[in-house]
Amino acid sequence: MKLVVLGLVALGAAIAANYGRDLAYQVHAIIIMLTAAGVFVWTLRRWDEPAPVHNPAEYLDGPIRAGAIATAFWGAVGFLVGVYIAFQLAFPVLNIEWAQGYTNFGRLRPLHTSAVIFAFGGNALIATSLYVVQRTSAARLFGGNLAWFVFWGYQLFIVLAATGYLLGATQSKEYAEPEWYTDIWLTIIWVAYLVVFLGTIVKRREPHIYVANWFYLSFIVTIAMLHIVNNLSIPVSVFGSKSVQVFAGVQDAMTQWWYGHNAVGFFLTAGFLGMMYYFVPKQAERPVFSYKLSIIHFWALIFLYIWAGPHHLHYTALPDWAGTLGMVFSVVLWMPSWGGMINGLMTLSGAWDKLRTDPIIRMMVISIGFYGMSTFEGPMMSIRAVNSLSHYTDWTIGHVHSGALGWNGMITFGALYFLVPKLWNRPRLYSLSLVNWHFWLATIGIVLYAASMWVTGIMEGLMWREVDAQGFLVNSFADTVAAKFPMYVVRAIGGTLFLTGALIMCYNLWMTVKGQPKTSDEPAMVPAE
Amino acid sequence: MSKKPADQPTQAETTGHSWDGIEEYNNPLPRWWLWTFYATIVWAVIYTILYPAWPLVQSATAGVLGYSTRANVEKQIETFAEMNASLETELASADLTALADNADLQNFAVQAGAAIFQTNCSQCHGSGANGGAEGNGYPNLLDDAWLWGGHIDDIVWTVANGIRNEQSPDAHWSEMPAFGTDEILPPEEIEQVVQYVRQISGQEHDAGLAEAGAEIFEYECTACHMEDGTGNKDLGAPNLTDAIWLYGGDVASITETVTNSRFGVMPAWSEEYRVGSGLQPWEINAVASYVHQLGGGQ
Repeated sequence: MKLVVLGLVALGAAIAANYGRDLAYQVHAIIIMLTAAGVFVWTLRRWDEPAPVHNPAEYLDGPIRAGAIATAFWGAVGFLVGVYIAFQLAFPVLNIEWAQGYTNFGRLRPLHTSAVIFAFGGNALIATSLYVVQRTSAARLFGGNLAWFVFWGYQLFIVLAATGYLLGATQSKEYAEPEWYTDIWLTIIWVAYLVVFLGTIVKRREPHIYVANWFYLSFIVTIAMLHIVNNLSIPVSVFGSKSVQVFAGVQDAMTQWWYGHNAVGFFLTAGFLGMMYYFVPKQAERPVFSYKLSIIHFWALIFLYIWAGPHHLHYTALPDWAGTLGMVFSVVLWMPSWGGMINGLMTLSGAWDKLRTDPIIRMMVISIGFYGMSTFEGPMMSIRAVNSLSHYTDWTIGHVHSGALGWNGMITFGALYFLVPKLWNRPRLYSLSLVNWHFWLATIGIVLYAASMWVTGIMEGLMWREVDAQGFLVNSFADTVAAKFPMYVVRAIGGTLFLTGALIMCYNLWMTVKGQPKTSDEPAMVPAE
Repeated sequence: MSKKPADQPTQAETTGHSWDGIEEYNNPLPRWWLWTFYATIVWAVIYTILYPAWPLVQSATAGVLGYSTRANVEKQIETFAEMNASLETELASADLTALADNADLQNFAVQAGAAIFQTNCSQCHGSGANGGAEGNGYPNLLDDAWLWGGHIDDIVWTVANGIRNEQSPDAHWSEMPAFGTDEILPPEEIEQVVQYVRQISGQEHDAGLAEAGAEIFEYECTACHMEDGTGNKDLGAPNLTDAIWLYGGDVASITETVTNSRFGVMPAWSEEYRVGSGLQPWEINAVASYVHQLGGGQ
């Protein structure tokens, strides 16, 4: 049965490659064909082998180990592309002439955003959520090898998305660039992910569902909804990558930013709060500060976030009333966001001394700090008057990166440092002093990045709006670009530091696994209740 | 149900559950957090009463303050439009040669001209009007070398009608022959005339070739560039004796110019020829005044 499906997929992809109307579609059909054929051969060769017997009391950690590797790998790739495009902005000559149309800024920018959000962040979320849900439910993952399907299927999605950007297959929607067939594939993967996660919660052996799992579940469910609605489109041809959006004009814009803002809200906030709620108390070995706060801020966050999207469309064709609502919900969202910060930081009360001795805790604490800072900055920037200055400027870029590098990046690094020794049964990390190096390189990198973007963003906003006594604009757009140059260089240097830190992490994790003997061959067992 | 962990330094109790060793304290909500949360909600309610916010069936609440982003920007535009209306009318029919006598009008013309220049002209001529990189084909407007005349009336004409375009019948027009491509001159003679041009522009050159080139120049080039090579503004023929080069003064660039000729185009900016995006007469006068006072105006 499996072989028949794989054979048909390979054949169908070969036909599609033959009839493909554009390069991206043809390349994608060939990728799918090779993948299906590869899995076909692999399945056939293992045909005679007996299926391995699993102890249902053991945790299924294989896909999580793979996820940890994928997180580190895609992280390094995504940061590298980010550094490169930062230098492209400072030095346009890096848009290499012979590679025009493939590696110029316009093609690489979505590659960077998707690589860090969906490849790095997504793999981190999937891997940690499957780790956390097993531990806090005291149950093996539901669905057997379905988790492996989720892992490999998600990697295929990443490859299709990334190659699509370079070859020009895009819906031109921020964070939702992949075209229709890639979207359909991601939908399948995401439903499988939901089944694995929810199934594990259903068969949990703990009486209550731990708070981290609420956040993970809200992330999985909401992303499914956002993804489907924002990607409603009709393909121009089944043999081409181009599709046409169902919504038009300002409705399309509103749908897009409803999606875009909640990609930030549920992917980068709720999902990562799930991560925070497990790894911070584990690493600090302290109870979570307040159960009540976790309930209240969870429901407030989930309820409020979904309405905040219109603040991306102030001073556009969007009616004022929608903008007001988006802004008001964003400001009310401030405290619910900070609930997570309070719960994270206060969990350390009584364990503050660990900041001195444990660089991993330090990483987690600074990530919560950046989380608090960007969830204050966000509501502030959503206020119409502030937005009239900040919108379309680099301030937005700085805001996004203090959240992404500071909060998402640092908490993920902390989680990886926590996970890798446990997943591979190693006594400890290879080197804590390298973690320390990583911490400082990343922190200084973020500070350079955020500070330079604040300066250039506010400067740019002021230059754009500057009019003389008679109402004429003073600066041309090119003047603002020229004025930003020094800050662009500083930003690129900050990014380079951050990338260097991440590469040190990769080395450290590699040596943790390769350079140390296993502590035991014992599989990770479900603890006795 | 509640119990205290053994190493508990604070007095709060936990909920009694444990997940993979993680417990949760039963701490109350921090007061400041709760009150700030309430405050933002109260603020939100008040704000949505004051400003357009709640969608109804056919429209939305307009808000007590009657705020509208669209109305605001219209008001701002109107304020400046009213303020400048009389100056615009005056500038449209002003004698630009006497502009210096009217300080208010001149100030207005230069300010407006600068903004118009930044919006429409800087893409080619550079936001500082220096023409961008040397030899890229876009004239530097800061110097006193003028292809089609640097008198204020010349500049007005050039802005309004442009150069070698199909929009305006009054566009400046001239066309240098492609001496090489059209086989008017063999390559060796082009080499000679190029050396002669190098000579009259005071650059390093081969004296022997230049001597032969002088004769060719006399037959082929003087009709436009004049006997002494100083050019003719009626034909847009550049002065070849100065150190200013539109397309570069090195041997390769001059050879390219002589062989294939050049055909620099500037669009006509008058609204007469650019429906919807053109400049009104007062705007043309303004941008011409701005360019004229940059340094090289005659």
